[in-house]
Amino acid sequence: MITDRIADPLNPVYRRRLWVHRIGITLSFAAMAVGLLFLLWILATLLIKGGGALSISMFTQTTPAPGSDGGGLSNAIVGSLMLVGLATAISTPIGILAGIYLAEYGEQSWLAKVTRFVTDIMLSAPSIVIGLFIYAIYVAQAKHFSGWAGTFAISLIAIPVVVRTTDNMLRLVPNSLLEAAFALGAPRWKVATMVRLRAVKAGVMTGALLALARISGETAPLLFTALNNQFFSTNMNAPLANLPVVIYQFAMSPYDNWRSLAWGAALLVTFSVLALNILSRALFNQKIQN
Amino acid sequence: MMNNEMSVSAAKSAVKNPTIETTGLNFYYGNFLGLKNVNLKIHEKKVTAFIGPSGCGKSTLLRTFNRMYDLYPGQRAEGKIMYGGRNILDQGQDVNMLRAKVGMVFQKPTPFPMSVYDNIAFGVRLYENLPKGEMDERVEWALNKAALWGEVKDKLNKSGLSLSGGQQQRLCIARGVAVKPDVLLLDEPTSALDPISTAKIEELIDELKQDYTIAIVTHNMQQAARCSDYTAYMYLGELMEFGETDQIFMNPGRKETQDYITGRFG
Repeated sequence: MITDRIADPLNPVYRRRLWVHRIGITLSFAAMAVGLLFLLWILATLLIKGGGALSISMFTQTTPAPGSDGGGLSNAIVGSLMLVGLATAISTPIGILAGIYLAEYGEQSWLAKVTRFVTDIMLSAPSIVIGLFIYAIYVAQAKHFSGWAGTFAISLIAIPVVVRTTDNMLRLVPNSLLEAAFALGAPRWKVATMVRLRAVKAGVMTGALLALARISGETAPLLFTALNNQFFSTNMNAPLANLPVVIYQFAMSPYDNWRSLAWGAALLVTFSVLALNILSRALFNQKIQN
Repeated sequence: MMNNEMSVSAAKSAVKNPTIETTGLNFYYGNFLGLKNVNLKIHEKKVTAFIGPSGCGKSTLLRTFNRMYDLYPGQRAEGKIMYGGRNILDQGQDVNMLRAKVGMVFQKPTPFPMSVYDNIAFGVRLYENLPKGEMDERVEWALNKAALWGEVKDKLNKSGLSLSGGQQQRLCIARGVAVKPDVLLLDEPTSALDPISTAKIEELIDELKQDYTIAIVTHNMQQAARCSDYTAYMYLGELMEFGETDQIFMNPGRKETQDYITGRFG
């Protein structure tokens, strides 16, 4: 008799749960739809407005002078690649090493606790503050804007991201695996690099890629550091053109060709970030499957 | 109490060539006393099984023999563990050298995230600089010892993680054997495995004791009876009874031991 009552579709406990389930599912679908709507809206707008600006000359010509026709983004594309490339080369090793330090010594030492705390603050610090900081200690002293200043600014933004993901990933490695390596008589540094880091290589790489994606679109810190350069330049000790600042300056300009280039630049930046995210996701999923 | 002292001391005299000998061994997890005055000899090239309910200190005892507990602050051992003519609890003891001689295999298979070949070579490279040819021979030798060569000889470059659970555990045994230790500590090596893999590993233990001193922790009474020469029964951090396995299983000196072995515990 009891089983009959439980299997009864009118069982009030079951019906109540069913309604809670339906409401919950509806709300989460609605939330997802709102998020997705705006994302797709942004991407569609970019494709429509920026797609029109896409041309060969965008990649071959430099940013145009005020009032002149045509022009491209070659100097900004190269400048952005240099800034982001160098910043990644600086921040990835520092971030990974700091992450290893935190995971290995994070429990005991006060220095590690302080480092982790400061890293968390840096993660959420407004990027314009980082830009002002580099402006004050580097640009103001050197008395000129430069590519290096920009590199340092966005490195400072990337480092905490890499530190945090490396630390989190390494902490996922089970103690039993570390003990197995220690049980062979392996010294600590070997266990940390050859076993622990290796076990979560894909996750750490994903962190580095996400940091790269994050700094690709940073504008505020570059305004105070790398600024912009109308001409083609690869001199890291001089102002360096870059896509985010070009977007910022050109989007609000009175010239049609400038505004069109700003849309083109926005399209480039957004889709490179999207590509990086997809790449990191693919990398991570591949690792999970193994 | 008298009975206990006698049964332990009677058995002690049976161990003629101890590889490891503990005297007055106490172990602390912080303030908690995990091992109480353990006096024990582990016979050279024999299998010694440690049985007892969970939390009785079997694994703790095993982890003092290679000083695994050193990794965790707050854990410490007092007393004496003689191995190779010296007390390995001394401050001066190089733990890495000790662990090279006293290998360990754990409950869950722990292959390193690298190829089957490198899993074996990892430990060897820590102490020996072998040319490629000799390293190949050593890897094959170790995998043969662990009865795994036939199954993996075509997969040496595949990830160790791609093997089955039973194969992974034998890979871990091969890895431990490859560095040519004196002693192998096995901490419930078959508790995560199916009966067929378990049987393979038990055969292996029988094979390995010709060259190595083996200490095994197990929850499986039949396993202890099948593959050990000596058995130690532990309870609440104390060594309750120790002796030749036949004697412990056929004619235990203490009622508690008999209750545990026959499953009438508690």
